[in-house]
Amino acid sequence: MLIMERRPEPSRWMSYLSPVLAGLLTLLTGALVFSLLGQPPLHALKTFLITPIADAYGLAELCVKAAPILLCALGLAVAYRANVWNIGAEGQLLMGGLAGSALAVQFTDSDSAWLLPAVLLCGILAGMVWAGLAALLKTRFNTNEILTTIMLNYIAFNLLQYFVHGPLKDPHGYNFPESAVFADAARLPILVDATRVHQGTVIALFVGAAVWLLMGRSFLGFQIRVLGRDSRAARMAGFSEKHLIWLVFLISGGLAGLAGVAEVAGPIGQLVPNISPGYGYAAIIVAFLGRLHPVGVLLASLLMALLFMGGEMLQIELNLPLALTGMFQGMLLFYLLACDALIVYRLRWHRKLPVPATVVTS
Amino acid sequence: MDSDLIYNVLQAAVRTGTPLLLVALGETVCEKSGVLNLGQEGMLLVGAVAGFITTLLTGNLLLGFLCAILAGVLMSMLFAVLSLHLNANQYASGLALTIFGTGLSAFIGANYVGRPVTGLEPIVIPILSEIPLIGGALFRQDFVVYLSFAMTGLLFWFFKASRMGLIVKAVGESPDSANAIGLPVLRTRYLAVTFGGAMAGLAGGYLSLAYTPLWAENMSAGRGWIALALVVFASWRIERVMLGAYLFGLASILHLVAQGLGLAFSPSLLAMLPYIATIVVLVLLSSNPTRNRLYAPVSLGQPFYKSS
Amino acid sequence: MSTAQYIDRHLPANGDELLQFPSRLALRGISKQYPGCLANDSIDLDIPPGEIHALLGENGAGKSTLMKVIYGLVKPDAGEIYWRGKSVRISDPSHARRLGIGMVFQHFSLFETLTVTQNIALALGTPAKEMRALGERISNVSARYGMRLNPDRLVHTLSIGERQRVEIVRCLVQDIHLLILDEPTSVLTPQEVNTLFVTLRQLATEGCSILFISHKLHEVRALCQKATVLRAGRVSGACVLGVETTSSIARMMVGDSTPISTTYTKVRAETPFLSVVGLNKATHDPFGTTLKNLAFEVRRGEILGIAGVAGNGQEELLAALSGEEPVKNGDSICLPDAAIGHLPPDARRRMGVAFVPEERLGRGAVPDMNLRENGLLTGFMQGLVRRGMVQSEKVVTFADQIITRFKVKAAGSHSEARSLSGGNLQKFIIGREVLQNPKLLITAHPTWGVDIGAAVAIHEALIGLRDQGASILVVSEDIDELFQISDRICAIFDGRMSPQKATAETTIEEVGRWMAGDFDYGEDAGSAASQVSKEIQPC
Repeated sequence: MLIMERRPEPSRWMSYLSPVLAGLLTLLTGALVFSLLGQPPLHALKTFLITPIADAYGLAELCVKAAPILLCALGLAVAYRANVWNIGAEGQLLMGGLAGSALAVQFTDSDSAWLLPAVLLCGILAGMVWAGLAALLKTRFNTNEILTTIMLNYIAFNLLQYFVHGPLKDPHGYNFPESAVFADAARLPILVDATRVHQGTVIALFVGAAVWLLMGRSFLGFQIRVLGRDSRAARMAGFSEKHLIWLVFLISGGLAGLAGVAEVAGPIGQLVPNISPGYGYAAIIVAFLGRLHPVGVLLASLLMALLFMGGEMLQIELNLPLALTGMFQGMLLFYLLACDALIVYRLRWHRKLPVPATVVTS
Repeated sequence: MDSDLIYNVLQAAVRTGTPLLLVALGETVCEKSGVLNLGQEGMLLVGAVAGFITTLLTGNLLLGFLCAILAGVLMSMLFAVLSLHLNANQYASGLALTIFGTGLSAFIGANYVGRPVTGLEPIVIPILSEIPLIGGALFRQDFVVYLSFAMTGLLFWFFKASRMGLIVKAVGESPDSANAIGLPVLRTRYLAVTFGGAMAGLAGGYLSLAYTPLWAENMSAGRGWIALALVVFASWRIERVMLGAYLFGLASILHLVAQGLGLAFSPSLLAMLPYIATIVVLVLLSSNPTRNRLYAPVSLGQPFYKSS
Repeated sequence: MSTAQYIDRHLPANGDELLQFPSRLALRGISKQYPGCLANDSIDLDIPPGEIHALLGENGAGKSTLMKVIYGLVKPDAGEIYWRGKSVRISDPSHARRLGIGMVFQHFSLFETLTVTQNIALALGTPAKEMRALGERISNVSARYGMRLNPDRLVHTLSIGERQRVEIVRCLVQDIHLLILDEPTSVLTPQEVNTLFVTLRQLATEGCSILFISHKLHEVRALCQKATVLRAGRVSGACVLGVETTSSIARMMVGDSTPISTTYTKVRAETPFLSVVGLNKATHDPFGTTLKNLAFEVRRGEILGIAGVAGNGQEELLAALSGEEPVKNGDSICLPDAAIGHLPPDARRRMGVAFVPEERLGRGAVPDMNLRENGLLTGFMQGLVRRGMVQSEKVVTFADQIITRFKVKAAGSHSEARSLSGGNLQKFIIGREVLQNPKLLITAHPTWGVDIGAAVAIHEALIGLRDQGASILVVSEDIDELFQISDRICAIFDGRMSPQKATAETTIEEVGRWMAGDFDYGEDAGSAASQVSKEIQPC
């Protein structure tokens, strides 16, 4: 009989292997799902995972899609390290996009070099405010941040709908729910010609390095890690739980806000009702898949971006529902959590220990 | 405000509150045993789509509801294996269930969006329905609403006077002590999680077969999450879960009231009301640590490691 | 030939002989392997009817595992259990209870939010409709054995001593033939211990066998007839207590290499360092204790011991002193040059206050961080951080220094805290604080659950720090330990502080009375307690 047995010490090796294992299991299940749908599994998997990035443009699109996911996930990784369950990246992203747009549409004729930084800053601040609400609720009123951030996501979504259908709607836009197109001075410059790769990608990489420095080298990062693993030890050592909770909320909210504003000021160029296909939720999976480490998060965000593109490709090429993406994302997280059990446990064939010979006393 | 409006509002509040009530009852049992299942939203959606497709294909409502319950149970088993057997973090497992359920339901239901079914018809209960105001609100409803009344009563008794209820409470307070005196901790928690899944599945079926009745992607619109807040609001007490569910139902249909009163608000802004109400309620009820210490199941969210 | 050898030679070796030796419980060759640790190594044990049998051993000797085997909580890898002469496999605790085996846990297996009756019904499997009858039985049984209990009380409203009664009564309401008690006296006042012993002797006279697990020799000698001693998972001796000397039994417990007990010189210090005056603190926790007008001082170069039964306000006092729960009135906790009651923990650390909490894994140290990081946890003011960045080389040096100086057994400073034994981790934590040369060290239950070797090392570290002139406050439930190391001693009861006396001028009995609340509650806590005997049996 195969049994699970607790390891004497958690396996570090397994904690890196587990995401890979989870990916393989998702792949296998994917093949199974495709054959059940009557698609040749290998071809479908190729369409899902390889075709989207088979050319340079595809690779460029991968970077475009990965940037917002990476930004959100880096912030979430910091929050989760502190054991702060911010599920609200999506809402913080939407608020970032909304606030950045609100500023950008006031200056559609401007060519000031200050416009873009101002728009970005506005988005970051909005994300911080939205996350700050959850931080205030948690530190002041002791409310569960999972529930409040989820609720704030729904509220942000509805606020965005309100503004895009109302005050921010382009008056010359034939009544479409869209804002006016931003001025070029408010847009993130394109890095590679004939692609949509914009400066946001570079910013995201810089942020990744900063987060690595914060979490891996600084005393503040150490305090965040202690708080997350053992809040009572943090209190005993005199690290202020409240300040740290505020800090991680502001970091993760600011980064999600940046992701949002970088979307409207980058590839989209205006405010639309759907500025995110669920990047904020996908970032939760990315944070876990990347082991809450910046490098891991970078790799995982590329994978997640690929899932988004693959889903679209399946819809175009094989006429499969777009919702497959969400299902695969959920499956990946499930398998990851299951495989993570192998960090603490090992599998062993159960056999009885040999009975020691009775000790005969002289 | 005329009495017709009040009547309509009350009846709609009960209808709207019913899925919340069902989910929250299931989750209360689950949390009483010490398990926090954040996957309610996912189970609701999968229950909704399973029930809807079954009824659409067979024309049988009862079969639809049974499939919705079964779907909820199967989903909850996924969570149970992860969080109870493999000792994965309960928060993360619940989130995974919600993300997976949202994707799965959208995928399965992709070809069924907007197709009509005949929903559950109200059954008017004689005499009781004649009671002014509340009679109509409570007793001109469909079968599932009556079932939710029955479940509320049953669970009230379950925690008040049954041995099983006592065991659930004991396991939720201290799984280690429960194990030490020989109570089956894991089995109890499995059953509680499964019960929660069944209730969420039923609630999903109610949404797609009685409340709307149709299938739309993400149609639960955060009800699973609101139900989780409701459990906190109710301090894990059954009778308060019911009260809270109807209050939330009322908050969700305030736009009807506004329309009835001839007020014009943006629908997007009004749609935020239940979510804002949820936050307000959480603030009001979480800020008192004494209260939480007294009523929250002590081991909530903690994994249980059995040594052998 | 010593008694131990005599018994060794005459122990029945197999099941057939058991017929001639009518043991109620006999264990043969019980072994239990955990990953990385052989907890029980072919253990034999015999308990005749009506005998009070002691199971002695240090922390970690395998006592807990063995009794869990008897109670069906742990399945042995090898060996036989004979119950009244017949070989049995005890599948789970309810099976054990059906056989007539009851167990009183050290960390009670009670549910605080339920009533006494509900707690007992859960274990017995009583159907809901028979609860009332059970309540009456509880009243009768508890009265009969002199342990009065109100069956309708919620457990969290009971004192620790009363909770233990619930555990015992839970065993007695059914047909019981063997009662196992795991370190039952560690939570009681000396007087309560005497009452418990009366009950246990009464039970034994009625024919019930008792397995009494302890590491306190003097108690075992007062109560038991025979003892089995475990060391490192093996039976290191079996003896008749009347014959063996205390030191020969202690040798069996700890082996030849470890010093058994040390006496430390007491000092008399005069200059106060920490002064607590009129410390009041209401608790938000409905199960917590409110601190009421506490007053005491810790002087430079002395150890003050605070005795008390768990749950009498120790946690709240420690949280107020460490700064984890600052108090509004900062003046109620003072150092010579500053009031600190309102300050957070880090500000107090900067003033030379160090703190060693009771829970070493999961408060004193982060379980899944390595020793370097755990050194940094409170050692960050020792130049380990520069401009916000962690100086990793210095962190390693600091951890290595602790490990070498305090002889912490670990694979290295890269080992995770959880991989250390309780004693070694505690040496690391105490060492971490001592190396920072604190002016005041506050420590809670410093040797709880550690082996004797580590306990001696920890005591020596504390005494050494004292002799350098630091003030030390030790809160402990172990009154023997306090008498061993404290220069002055007092007790806390229900959030109030007893008078403080030089340890040499008081007795265990007097401190025991303080632990039961028998002291003057008036403002003038320094005056000799007016010995008004107070009945403290709330039921």
